[in-house]
Amino acid sequence: MSSLALLDVRDLTVTFHRKGARPFTAVDGVSFDVEPGRTVGLVGESGCGKSVTSLAIMGLLPRRGATVGGSVTFEGTDLLTLSASAMRERRGRDLGMVFQDPLSSLNPVVSIGLQVSEVLERHRGLPRKKAMVEAADLLDKVGIPDPRRRLSEYPHQLSGGMRQRALIAMALACRPRLLIADEPTTALDVTIQAQILALLAELVRDTGTALILITHDLGVVAGLCDEVNVLYAGRVVERAERHALFARPRHPYTNGLLASIPRLDGARGERLRPVRGSVNDNIPWRSGCAFAPRCPNALDVCRLVTPEMVADGPGGLLRCHNPVVHTEEVTA
Amino acid sequence: MTESTEPTSSTVDGDVLVDVQGLEVHFPIKGGLVLDRTIGHVLAVDGVSLRVTRGETYGLVGESGCGKSTLGRAMLRLVEPTGGRVVFDGTDLSALRGESLRRMRRRMQMVFQDPLSSLDPRQSVESILVEGMRAHGLDRDRAATATRLRELLSSVGLPASALRKYPHEFSGGQRQRIGIARALTVRPDLIIADEPVSALDVSVQAQVINLMADLQQEFGLTYLVIAHDLAVVRHISDRVGVMYLGGLVEEAGSEALYADPLHPYTRALLSAVPVPDPAVEDRRERILLAGDLPSPAAPPPGCRFHTRCPWRQPERCDTERPELREVLPGQRVACHYAEDIRAGRIQPHEVRPELVEAGATGPLDTSAAGPASVTEILGGP
Repeated sequence: MSSLALLDVRDLTVTFHRKGARPFTAVDGVSFDVEPGRTVGLVGESGCGKSVTSLAIMGLLPRRGATVGGSVTFEGTDLLTLSASAMRERRGRDLGMVFQDPLSSLNPVVSIGLQVSEVLERHRGLPRKKAMVEAADLLDKVGIPDPRRRLSEYPHQLSGGMRQRALIAMALACRPRLLIADEPTTALDVTIQAQILALLAELVRDTGTALILITHDLGVVAGLCDEVNVLYAGRVVERAERHALFARPRHPYTNGLLASIPRLDGARGERLRPVRGSVNDNIPWRSGCAFAPRCPNALDVCRLVTPEMVADGPGGLLRCHNPVVHTEEVTA
Repeated sequence: MTESTEPTSSTVDGDVLVDVQGLEVHFPIKGGLVLDRTIGHVLAVDGVSLRVTRGETYGLVGESGCGKSTLGRAMLRLVEPTGGRVVFDGTDLSALRGESLRRMRRRMQMVFQDPLSSLDPRQSVESILVEGMRAHGLDRDRAATATRLRELLSSVGLPASALRKYPHEFSGGQRQRIGIARALTVRPDLIIADEPVSALDVSVQAQVINLMADLQQEFGLTYLVIAHDLAVVRHISDRVGVMYLGGLVEEAGSEALYADPLHPYTRALLSAVPVPDPAVEDRRERILLAGDLPSPAAPPPGCRFHTRCPWRQPERCDTERPELREVLPGQRVACHYAEDIRAGRIQPHEVRPELVEAGATGPLDTSAAGPASVTEILGGP
């Protein structure tokens, strides 16, 4: 499996240190791999470590105050061992990233054209004029109307959706083999979200770029990801192919999340079944399963022994002592 | 359901709590270097008529900048409407001044999106809750108030010990419960909830949705819920109004609207909402809208939606603004061709995105900040 992988994340651990406070492990032994042309989702609620995972992969965490352990192997090179300058070389060329808030990720005083062409000048060594022409092509490709005029405009002159497209154009400028999109549509309206998701799906299909999609929205995952990792309190609690995950969620947390979302096509008036408590309830924990205090399936063993990641179903992984049993499985 | 001939009330029986008639909120755009001249208007709400029946939940949906929050605030006169009127339980709110308006406000309360910024960080929960009661003379007897507060907290699912704590000591979901309890202290009839769950995590969101349903039963409340999440609105609302660029484009019973959306915008909006089920996602056909929302400062002539509408027809759509009219029983639509589109006589066509000058929209271009509202930027809460 890992021989095919473009990116192989093994036992990634990120610990934050603060003076006078106990070290906090935001990401705890996360492993997954991404193959070219595949979309892998990292899903979870606030504080589950999904964004820290992506920052660690991109080498964007501060050098001081954060310890990163494990390995992030990209085409045979462990990115965590690279120097800051070598990593800078990789970012933008091999690895692209799209952030949640396009306004704060764009420089407000530099024109869109310059921001996109800068990437091309820096990594592909194109002269300014050529880079500008290519930048216009890129903007056109991501669906920005009248790209030539947009080149000389500034971020505040673009709408939210257009800004996100510009950001995607920048991330794609050097045809990276891996694109990380961290909540790419969370700040956008649904109709614009649909446009951006369609654009991302098209890019993966046409260029064979691998995509890591980080989101809290299970609906977005259902439409776009091939494989889904559900994170809770810094750990992957369940991994499955998307059809399996949504049809037969095995971890009580995944199950609880799905049951608590009102669905557009579900029965109306039915009461939602929320996960009790909130994420804060389990931090800090010393032993056992982090989800145990909120889990309807919790046993005594859950509070004492940390569950290991075990294979579950075809291609699935699960970290749970007492998973949800689906009746059709029992009879089958 | 009784049918009446009055154009705006066909689905509503006699017990109307709020009657909004042709409400308009136009914000002036100021310009000029020395003189503060008005150079134009942002038509945030531009002629909305709707009725909310006692005891029902009316959901108002739309994307950022469509004017849904401004409409909610204008209904309470938190922003002053520039036209039209709001009749609350038989009283025309626009005629009220000073003390009589203040007293009327007891009956209409608001729950805001961000519970942290709508609670004073330096006030204890008790002080937050008592403030409204005191203002309306409901805090006469110490013991009675204490009992009432404890009852309220237990109905919103918080322990009595919460009274002595401060907002920062609570999680987002708990803060929203405090915000709801605060609205309930003065025994209102109507609660306008502006994005009550959109700042919360999904697992907590469901808790608050269930809580709101329980409270409605317990206290006989009427809700107007403003939200951008269509699945949430469908779940909690009896009737839903869809807004686009300052106007209602469709209004129907929740079930009917989602089963058979008639307005092209509603169709596109519903098809864009992701469903957490890959089997459904793979089969769905999306109506992808081209381009962005036009500026409410210079809305397109004719039908507001014609610049992005895949079903647009020549002439009439560009020149004549469609009235909200009843197309199916209980379902009002502002589209000239609703029947033809429904029957499939008009097929959707390709739309070339038109350039939208985001710079021109100025303060309204809030799409990057998520479901913010016009009023927050222009006037503050």
